Amino acid sequence: MQTTISIETIRRDFPILQRKVRDNKPLVYLDNASTSQKPIQVIDAINNYYKNQNANIHRAVYALAEEATEAYENTREKIAKFLNIQKREEIIFLRGTTEAINLVAYSWGRQNVSKDDIIVTTEYEHHSNIVPWQLLTKEKGAKLEYIGIDDNGELILDQLDSYLATGKVKLVTFSQMSNVLGTITNTEEIIKRCKKAGVKTLIDGAQSVPHMKVDLSKLGCDFFAFSAHKMLGPTGVGVLWVRKEVLETMQPFHGGGDMIREVHKYETTWNDLPYKFEAGTPNIADVIGFSAAIDYLNKIGMDNIRNHEIELTKYALDKMSKVKGITIYGTKDIAKRGGVISFNFHDVHPHDVATIIDKDGVAVRSGHHCAQVLMERLDVAATNRASFYVYNTKQEVDALIGSLNKVAELFKL
Amino acid sequence: MTGDPIYTEMIIEYSKHPSNFGEIENPDISRHDSNPLCGDSIDLQIKINENKVSDVKFKGKGCSICIACTSVLTELVKGKDLDEVKKIEKDDVLGELGLEHLIRTSPVRIKCALLSLKALKYGIYSYFIEKMKDEKSAGNLKEEATNLY
Repeated sequence: MQTTISIETIRRDFPILQRKVRDNKPLVYLDNASTSQKPIQVIDAINNYYKNQNANIHRAVYALAEEATEAYENTREKIAKFLNIQKREEIIFLRGTTEAINLVAYSWGRQNVSKDDIIVTTEYEHHSNIVPWQLLTKEKGAKLEYIGIDDNGELILDQLDSYLATGKVKLVTFSQMSNVLGTITNTEEIIKRCKKAGVKTLIDGAQSVPHMKVDLSKLGCDFFAFSAHKMLGPTGVGVLWVRKEVLETMQPFHGGGDMIREVHKYETTWNDLPYKFEAGTPNIADVIGFSAAIDYLNKIGMDNIRNHEIELTKYALDKMSKVKGITIYGTKDIAKRGGVISFNFHDVHPHDVATIIDKDGVAVRSGHHCAQVLMERLDVAATNRASFYVYNTKQEVDALIGSLNKVAELFKL
Repeated sequence: MTGDPIYTEMIIEYSKHPSNFGEIENPDISRHDSNPLCGDSIDLQIKINENKVSDVKFKGKGCSICIACTSVLTELVKGKDLDEVKKIEKDDVLGELGLEHLIRTSPVRIKCALLSLKALKYGIYSYFIEKMKDEKSAGNLKEEATNLY
């Protein structure tokens, strides 16, 4: 890694990476697209909040409550800097990417989508960027359309143009990086075309934000969603960013405490942004833990993380392609690919593969990865997926390769 | 590999060359079941003649454990009296393949191994209830299927 911080130093910060699994094998954790591991700094931050600062936020005037509120709101400032967001009130804390997309579908979608309108998504979306739109379009009598992928696993943008040409598209929603193929979407180009057509864009950044530099001021989309737990932070925290002009027009998603200004028997006025969209006591401890995760990522540097993953992915693709009987999905162009590699062995079921390599302590995901539309397109029931992060090493890739060779041997491929 | 073996020669062999793979014309029992975790998906078909399993076939996609266990199950039931078939239990199938340890070692993969037995128990239950209108013979099969894993 081209940084002053060595990978050994980084690994020492992750207690779980020291443990052994399955007959005393060192854990080789390659399921980072699912969730990342957490450094001690994040675990300590959560502990510290419960030990020393625990109080509800935004209300009471005593010392603890002030400290808790400050720590919670500091995370918002940090995210603003991290993603180059000018207005902190555009940042809404939620449970995760899924809740963020549902909020947009429920609030903005219900206000703005009518019969025969079109929502455009893509064939490589996670279920969280498909199902909310199915619910909305069915309710409204609107249509859901898909941008297809080519054999390299890249979006066919001509299809976007033909949808936009109908004049009926209200929103184009897509992930910045596929959680199965690792394809990095040509996000700037899609936003440019949508803007020209006066169409709003939502970006699912769950896979991209943890692994590369994202600049929301430059991108110019309207909605952006991501989760803390895939970027060294805790589960149960995510962010929805909405451009202020759009956010100001949106009705609340959840009603309750903290999101109100005044409540009367039959009428309520709303709190200021972003609190209007943060009903109830939020996940204070984990938002504070998230802050420590962002500090950690900043300390290493997002460009360094991306470069490290490029190097690992290149190394892995090269070695994996030599394993007997293996099929690797997605583009070979490393510039267009994140640290995610999906693969299959001819007719061996992915769960057999995962069980065999699990015996060696290697953790990869097997299944449909919440992307059944993509599985249908690839004409497979499931795939195996190895995905990397900042703490993974070439030795771990070698361990994976060793186990994959065992699979090939066992099944006589 | 260390510990309790799963991927034995026999399992690999069955997964590559399953027994009784295919379809039956006009089966008396036809049961589909799937395992959302692995995406295992099988259709089990049985022909009954004088209260005996005169033919049995299955088709579908699944992991090697699922396909091997389904193969073994079809071999176990073929030609047998329904009263005997009703009594087949987990260990009868797992034992044939040396997989009894799965109950202990892999709560996840046990579902792959027992999917076909679940389909069989449900299938016979429906056969007695719907076709034969014979609640007594159907017995506890439905509960047994539900509680299998």
